[in-house]
Amino acid sequence: MKYHFSRKQLCIPYAVFLVCFVIAPLIVILYYAFTNGEGSFTIDNLTGFFTSKNTIGTLFYSVLIAVTTTCTCLLIAYPIAYILARSKMKKKTVLMALFIVPMWVNFTLRILALKEVLTMIEGNLAFHPFLNTIIGMTYDFFPFMILPLYTTLINLDNHVLEAAYDLGAGKIDAFMKVTLPLSLPGIVSGVTMVFLPAMTNYVILDMLYNNTYIMGSLIGSYFNAYDWHSGSMISIVLLLIIFIAMWATNGFTEKESERKSIL
Amino acid sequence: MIKKIMRSLWLGIVLLFIYLPILILAGYSFLDTPTIGASGSFTLQNYVKLFTTPELLDMISGTLSLAFQCAVISTILGTLGAIGAFYSKKGMRNFIVTANQIPIVNADVVTGFSLCILLIVVLGMDKDTFIPLIAGHVVLTSPFVYLSVVPKLKQMDYSLYEAALDLGASARQALFRIVMPQIIPGIISGFLLSVTLSMDDYFITSYTKPATFNTISTYVVNATRGSNTEVKTALWALSTLIFAIILLVVLISNITANRKAGEKNDTNEI
Repeated sequence: MKYHFSRKQLCIPYAVFLVCFVIAPLIVILYYAFTNGEGSFTIDNLTGFFTSKNTIGTLFYSVLIAVTTTCTCLLIAYPIAYILARSKMKKKTVLMALFIVPMWVNFTLRILALKEVLTMIEGNLAFHPFLNTIIGMTYDFFPFMILPLYTTLINLDNHVLEAAYDLGAGKIDAFMKVTLPLSLPGIVSGVTMVFLPAMTNYVILDMLYNNTYIMGSLIGSYFNAYDWHSGSMISIVLLLIIFIAMWATNGFTEKESERKSIL
Repeated sequence: MIKKIMRSLWLGIVLLFIYLPILILAGYSFLDTPTIGASGSFTLQNYVKLFTTPELLDMISGTLSLAFQCAVISTILGTLGAIGAFYSKKGMRNFIVTANQIPIVNADVVTGFSLCILLIVVLGMDKDTFIPLIAGHVVLTSPFVYLSVVPKLKQMDYSLYEAALDLGASARQALFRIVMPQIIPGIISGFLLSVTLSMDDYFITSYTKPATFNTISTYVVNATRGSNTEVKTALWALSTLIFAIILLVVLISNITANRKAGEKNDTNEI
């Protein structure tokens, strides 16, 4: 008898793969986060995280770095996405490509290039560790911000803007009350794309001689110290932050679609 | 007028910020000085060093072969997953959509760390087998293959598949001759995305790689950590080379895309 496969069975390998290599590792770190070396249940890792000045300080410092990086990226990228999306230039796709091309170069090589230039300007990178980190992260994550912004802005219905002008809105009014709210989904997805890597990418700090810790460096240091349990706890904390962010932004996009349906 | 100048000025300044470091590095990769800002004379020694140092060659070929292998595996897995999930019942599809989202939103550090715990600490796998490393990279890249194939499936005309079956094609023939050709652009872009993501990754690689194996990312980070200044200028050459290749690919794809668009316009006019 010939075996007949149905199309839906094609997803079985991928489903199995996802269970084995995506779901299972998360369950394992959840287990490790709440056990100690002897394998018995404990919440010491959790209380340890929230009572240690060191880890809490690291959490705050990563949030500070991530917020600053995200804001800088947004402030630089929004005008660019806006200018390119609203202009009638023929070559705007080429210009857009120019902003995206560096993203394909290996990020460590890009940071290396930036490091050499910053060293030339500042002499010693140790003088401005925070500033250099923000420059480095902005340099690296900036394309992730510009892409979603450009896509939402270019899909923006021109008629809505014209209607706003017809109803007597000034340029600033129209921007604040029409363009900005309508581009919110792009802003949200750009922010989520930049915020998390900025909290965890400790290699950029490392390469630019910033010896402060962020959340990612904690995992790295526990990994190097073979402390699987504390490392798992930090991973769980990071996962929680991601889930909260996803939940919050889902709320945003739902509101957005409601608003769109009203329009 | 002033507004127009302001706009171009902003675009120009940001482009300068993006390209200046890469271009300065490119310029200095052709000079014999190891410090940026100093003057030197023209030489190709950095490029010679890049292609004659065994350590550097191993690192480059290792990165490329890893990226290629992972891209092949994740393209097959992700494409099959996308086709299967597209025709599956809601429960299965929701599972795949959700699980597929996890590696994308998750921090690479967490993905790498959790895989290392499961495969190496719990299951006791040997890092030198490359299995943890390849698994990690496929976890990183296959969701993106899935995401680039799904829109093509959505755009596809459903009745074509049915028509093929009515005309006597088997399910397998219909899949390979009707569905595949229509989703091939998605598969190709998924493959290319996989290659670049795999080449770019540092965190998953460093948590799952064999001790002596290095990709570009881990090599560069180690080289900048230590006082290893001999290879530093060879890395400038590598950066310049990669940048030039990418620029070339983008230019070519842009030109062919323009030509295709031009052809389309011509036929429209006729």
